[in-house]
Amino acid sequence: MSDEIRIVVKNFNAYYGEKHALKNVNIDIPANKIMAMIGPSGCGKSTFLRSINRMNDLIENFKVDGQMMIDGNDVYDKTIDVTSLRRRVGMVFQKPNPFPKTIYENVAYGLRVNRLFKDNKELEHKIEKSLVEAGLWEEVKDDLDKSAFELSGGQQQRLCIARALVIQPEVILMDEPTASLDPISTAKIEELIQVLKKDYTIVIVTHNMQQAARVADNTSFFMLGELIEYDVTSRMFTKPVKKITEDYITGRFG
Amino acid sequence: MFKKAMDKFKKMDRRTAAQDAGFLLLKLCVLTVILALGTLILFITLKGFKVVNFEFITQSPTDGMVHGGIFPAILGTFLLSIGALIFALPTGVLTAVWLTEYADNQRFVRLVRIGINSLAGVPSIVFGLFGMMFFVKFMQFGVCLLSGALVLGILILPTIIGASEEALLTVPKAFKEASLALGATRWETMYKVILPNSVSGIITGIILSVGRAAGETAPILMTAATFYTARLPNSVFSKVMALPYHIYALMTEGSRKGQTEIAYGTALVLLLLVLAINSVAIFIRIRARRERKW
Repeated sequence: MSDEIRIVVKNFNAYYGEKHALKNVNIDIPANKIMAMIGPSGCGKSTFLRSINRMNDLIENFKVDGQMMIDGNDVYDKTIDVTSLRRRVGMVFQKPNPFPKTIYENVAYGLRVNRLFKDNKELEHKIEKSLVEAGLWEEVKDDLDKSAFELSGGQQQRLCIARALVIQPEVILMDEPTASLDPISTAKIEELIQVLKKDYTIVIVTHNMQQAARVADNTSFFMLGELIEYDVTSRMFTKPVKKITEDYITGRFG
Repeated sequence: MFKKAMDKFKKMDRRTAAQDAGFLLLKLCVLTVILALGTLILFITLKGFKVVNFEFITQSPTDGMVHGGIFPAILGTFLLSIGALIFALPTGVLTAVWLTEYADNQRFVRLVRIGINSLAGVPSIVFGLFGMMFFVKFMQFGVCLLSGALVLGILILPTIIGASEEALLTVPKAFKEASLALGATRWETMYKVILPNSVSGIITGIILSVGRAAGETAPILMTAATFYTARLPNSVFSKVMALPYHIYALMTEGSRKGQTEIAYGTALVLLLLVLAINSVAIFIRIRARRERKW
């Protein structure tokens, strides 16, 4: 892993009240690569993901210590503006969560709140571009004024990806983005993720080990709040260093 | 052996009988409710419909209340309700927003909730008394539209806050997360995503509380209402006539023939007004439920 590093995590701990959810995590996440996080439920992978864009701030009694650096900036520094952090670190959720608005307005939302366009022409252009990027344009170009809820689950998830892409983040966090989708939609999203890494750094949480093996450049294995192993995906799935990693990826528990 | 099996059936019979008795009790209770409502509406309608006509709802009273109409009272009730809403709507909705979205100190939130619930439990005559001491006397507004509207506003605050809180909390957390993750502030998330999706619930609360405000007598007894005024209100400091107070006054003061009929007519108008307001609420709720897609 001798690539440019985008996210540097050092001695990172997270707590929900008394519960120690992440224990001394150290990890370097390279730019323009896909990093998958696997591990049994409750292992801390989602907590880690949501610590990167500070979505856990919403939870009462959530606390962290240690360092979480993106391009040299400490995410948890007191001077950091959380909204501009989240502008730079996009997120796609487990269940597609479009707004109850039109397809057009869903994508426009991020541009509007962050004031990222000069005129309607630029707005429209950016919306089209991100829908193309998310592989959804051909399917929705005539229905931009329809409610996002009229789309299928897979289309909704690609809309959510387009909505995240339109504000041009540097990092995209994906929290089990295909968990609620059928195999065909899943395949489309996986293809899309592969294309997106050209321009974005992607961190993806997945319950599906085949998915990690298929899409990720690097894979990290979490258990009970600890990072057990972190390696290039091909090596992780063929020659894991630790016995427990092997047991997990061969399905002996989980 | 056959007898033993029959015994088992007998036992079942006893249980079925208990169930039947239970259901009968439930049916009787429901019947009582329907009967109570039905009798009330029928009674008021029969007694009141004779005097209700176009003149009755558009004219001012004449000849010591026994002729003419009750238009000033309808207008007064309308103005009092709207006035109450002008005060209680922004205050109530913003309080609900704060309680559900911004309050960090949960202990303080609990305290505020207890306060709001207590407010809801205060008898309306106590609101009236408070209104008289505070708005009429201390603030020197006098007995007027403003004092009455403020008292009614305080009276309906818990309803507005409760309905708004419920509406805000039913908006899925996923919308909020999506908005925040796109770099929106909490305030932008509130007014662009959460509030627009709570509007129907809030409207339901508004309409129910308007119905409540329109029907209350005790709070306006000492703060706003007058039995008779020759002029329609021309400022917020005017005394006003109001439907519920008009009924009260007709039945307790004076002894002229025809007062009782007019009281029933007024009651019918008030009843229809509140029913109409509530059915608007029901209509809006049904439509909102149909349109909701999450």
